[in-house]
Amino acid sequence: MNGGALFIAVFLACTVEAVEATTIVLAAGTARDWRSALTGVAAGLLTLAVIVAALGPALSVIPLRGLRLAVGGLLLVFGLQWIRKAVLRASGHKALHDEEKIFATELAAAQAASAQRRGAVSDWYAFTLSFKGVLLEGLEVAFIALTFGSNQHDIPLAAVAAISAVVVVAAAGFAVRAPLARVPENTLKFIVGIMLAAFGTFWGAEGAGTRWPGSDAALLVLIPAYALLAVTLVVVLRREHEASPPAPAHPITVGSAS
Amino acid sequence: MKSVRAFGAFWYDFIVGDDWLVALGIIAALAATYGLSRTSVPAWWVVPVAVGVLLPISLKRAVRKG
Repeated sequence: MNGGALFIAVFLACTVEAVEATTIVLAAGTARDWRSALTGVAAGLLTLAVIVAALGPALSVIPLRGLRLAVGGLLLVFGLQWIRKAVLRASGHKALHDEEKIFATELAAAQAASAQRRGAVSDWYAFTLSFKGVLLEGLEVAFIALTFGSNQHDIPLAAVAAISAVVVVAAAGFAVRAPLARVPENTLKFIVGIMLAAFGTFWGAEGAGTRWPGSDAALLVLIPAYALLAVTLVVVLRREHEASPPAPAHPITVGSAS
Repeated sequence: MKSVRAFGAFWYDFIVGDDWLVALGIIAALAATYGLSRTSVPAWWVVPVAVGVLLPISLKRAVRKG
């Protein structure tokens, strides 16, 4: 895996998570109080920095084989979760991830909550909403960047890719002051899921003691093979979905009161 | 106690996610790869085959759940 591939993989993965975090922060800032929302962002980023600073050196101490086994297994599980969601959405079994809808829901919840001052934070609700959004979405970003970077012995490049994605998405979000609904999040999730699963398979199996035929070139087979599997599953599930009759809006139950 | 449970639930959701079967299947596949790599039989194919089996099963389970 060269530097370019490492950068692209981390950048795309981080873009997806950054879009989700930006939607939450925008809702907190728009509905409540920008100052408290941005304080929440700063606190979330600081907590993430502490976690990364603690985990980064710890990862470099673990022997490479053990690291690849653990990290490969986790990336594979993450990747399959992402592919699973993307396939369910693309086949119509699950609603598409709609940032505008999520933004509207978060906005309504934020507007309904009562204001509460705690210490230097004038609006505790806006603070915690932003803090949680940044920390939870950022944790996945940090994990992906650290694991890809440590496996390729280039944590700085992975960190640059992750920070670039966050800066680009945050700048776009705050420029338009609206959810980034035009970012093809479902497609990105699909691509990133395949990449995570392929790299997870490669590193996990290597960590478990096997050697890939063709070494790194095996990735050039794994990625299209997983993509083909996922696309085939979309086609099959979409056909099933279209063939199945729609559920009645009001299911009729025997003995019901109305 | 409540916060400990919430902490555990967060990490379970973060690592295992929506389908525990996938996580368990991957652990089993990696263990099988390790076992097979101790022998003279090539073991690289185990995880990709596991993915090819686990993903359709997990999707079927998700569709059935609705």
